[in-house]
Amino acid sequence: MTLDIRTPIGYFFTLIGAVLIVFGLVSDRAIYERSLGINVNLWWGAVLLVFGLFMLALARRAVRNPGKPPENVS
Amino acid sequence: MQLGVVDFIILIAYTVFVLGIGFALKRFTKTSSDFFLSGRSIPAWIAGLAFISANLGAQEVIGMAASGAKYGILTCHFYWLGAIPAMVFVGIFMMPFYYGSRARSVPEYLKLRFDEKTRGFNAVSFAVMTVFSSGISMHMLAKILVPIINVPYVDYNVGLLISAAIVLLYIFLGGLTSAIYNEVLQFFLIVLGFLPLVLLGLADIGGWSGLVEKLNPVATGQGFQPGTWTSLWGPTASPGANPMGVEWFGMVMGLGFVLSFGYWCTDFLVVQRAMAAESMSAARRTPLIAAVPKMMFPALVILPGMIAIALHFGSRSGGFLPVDDAGKLDYNMAMPAMLGRYFPQGVLGLGLTALMASFMSGMAGNVTAFNTVWTYDIYQSYIAPNRSDNHYLWMGRGATVAGVAISIGAAYLARYFDNIMDMLQLVFSFVNAPLFATFMLGMFWRRTTGHGAFFGLLSGTAAAALHQSLTAPKGAWLAQLFQYRSDMAQNFWTAIVAWTTCFVMTIAISLATRRDKSDEELRGLVYALTPRVTEDRTLAWYARPWVLAVAVLGATVVLNCIFW
Repeated sequence: MTLDIRTPIGYFFTLIGAVLIVFGLVSDRAIYERSLGINVNLWWGAVLLVFGLFMLALARRAVRNPGKPPENVS
Repeated sequence: MQLGVVDFIILIAYTVFVLGIGFALKRFTKTSSDFFLSGRSIPAWIAGLAFISANLGAQEVIGMAASGAKYGILTCHFYWLGAIPAMVFVGIFMMPFYYGSRARSVPEYLKLRFDEKTRGFNAVSFAVMTVFSSGISMHMLAKILVPIINVPYVDYNVGLLISAAIVLLYIFLGGLTSAIYNEVLQFFLIVLGFLPLVLLGLADIGGWSGLVEKLNPVATGQGFQPGTWTSLWGPTASPGANPMGVEWFGMVMGLGFVLSFGYWCTDFLVVQRAMAAESMSAARRTPLIAAVPKMMFPALVILPGMIAIALHFGSRSGGFLPVDDAGKLDYNMAMPAMLGRYFPQGVLGLGLTALMASFMSGMAGNVTAFNTVWTYDIYQSYIAPNRSDNHYLWMGRGATVAGVAISIGAAYLARYFDNIMDMLQLVFSFVNAPLFATFMLGMFWRRTTGHGAFFGLLSGTAAAALHQSLTAPKGAWLAQLFQYRSDMAQNFWTAIVAWTTCFVMTIAISLATRRDKSDEELRGLVYALTPRVTEDRTLAWYARPWVLAVAVLGATVVLNCIFW
């Protein structure tokens, strides 16, 4: 079993999503003038977080059900 | 554009993950087959996303946004006409030979099908092209990103070396698998990094209808009919009616047939990803899976360019795009300018990381293709045959270092000698063009001989060079017999001339020379002599290559009709 690429991808986007959400919560509202008044860090951070967790869930499910391994044995 | 701490956190996190993947894969990379072919163990979806990501070089994100601004929606022809049909063709018809023959590279297929000289010609020209392309990617990265990131002590040189070192390290450690895995990460990063930009840009400009309205004055201001920037086929009735200066025939034959099939079906950079797939059916599905995001990419990379030009000429913010040294609009800055316009700190870091990812994936794709062709098709074939597997693995790592080093040299060449680089890019633009005729005849006509292939290819390349030397605006080194309306029109017609010459000459020379391979030797290499691939019945119906192919082509037709 080699590395399942969904694991690092999952961790990466979960981390970036969390960073953006935290920054979105603490940042000055004034910087969102350019993004049409939308707190794009908060919202897009949430999207990335959900995507990251979804990837991690897929990777975990593959470990639990090795019936049809998505990562072929080498 | 002022970056904050949060932006650097994202950039650094990306770098750590990319290198981490390389280190994690190091222990799985034990043989040369692991290093160059990922041990033929990559699942279809991963190979497919890597296939499309490797194609996302500097030319893509920066260049396609630039073209979107310069030519409007006509740029989508590079996707829906110039990519999807060829990607379907390579998956359905060519993969059975590429994968089935167990060739380890495209030049090696040429050796099996034809002879040593055809392989040598392709291997050398391809190796040269890859290191220069990777150098251009590096140059663009350092030139565009370094001033934006704007950190003390990081100038062009340092930026170039850092990016080269990152790519070198992760390929050196994990070989092709590492490049492929990182390409998948880069793919998601590019999609998720540019998507909010497109959404914000569209919301700001009033949706698609707002964009159409604002692009009409852009077209009329340059002497074209309203709607030229937003309709795909309408303005292609004559070369004078659109900013590309191409009519529909040159577009379909030059771009849609010759250049597109020449690139997607014969360029080892992309084919290598499919060859690394875990099975024949995975290899066939690789380009088909890749076609799905490829079809959607215009929204991510062309649309921002179109929005940028609308903003530039719109009343609200004139002078959106900067002017270059020659006093012309610097279209290459369309994407960076859009990032600066809509992204606050935070997502700005994400967008810049996505931009960096696109440069790196293009660079890495070229470096892995280079080290494989060098080691298998040049070193093992001509310099040191019959060495141990470990020796070639060692050579592959050495070739990775050398490939990156030469790329750095090429980057400086691009920086200081604009015209040399222009000329090289011009030459590269027609090197692949005749090759597809060689492959088509080789795969579908058993009578094609080695001499026919080699001299056909040579005459096709020569015809391309001759056509370029006799026509303007670019080239015309010998004389100027004809003036095309644009570089692009000239490029398409050069390709058509090259392909036709190669096609005719290969047939003529093959008929004049003796057949050098028997039917038995051509088994698995020629269509008529290869057993049909039976559909894998264990696959779900929607994952079967034919179903995917029909779905992808159908969706492309629909897209063409919507934006006709």
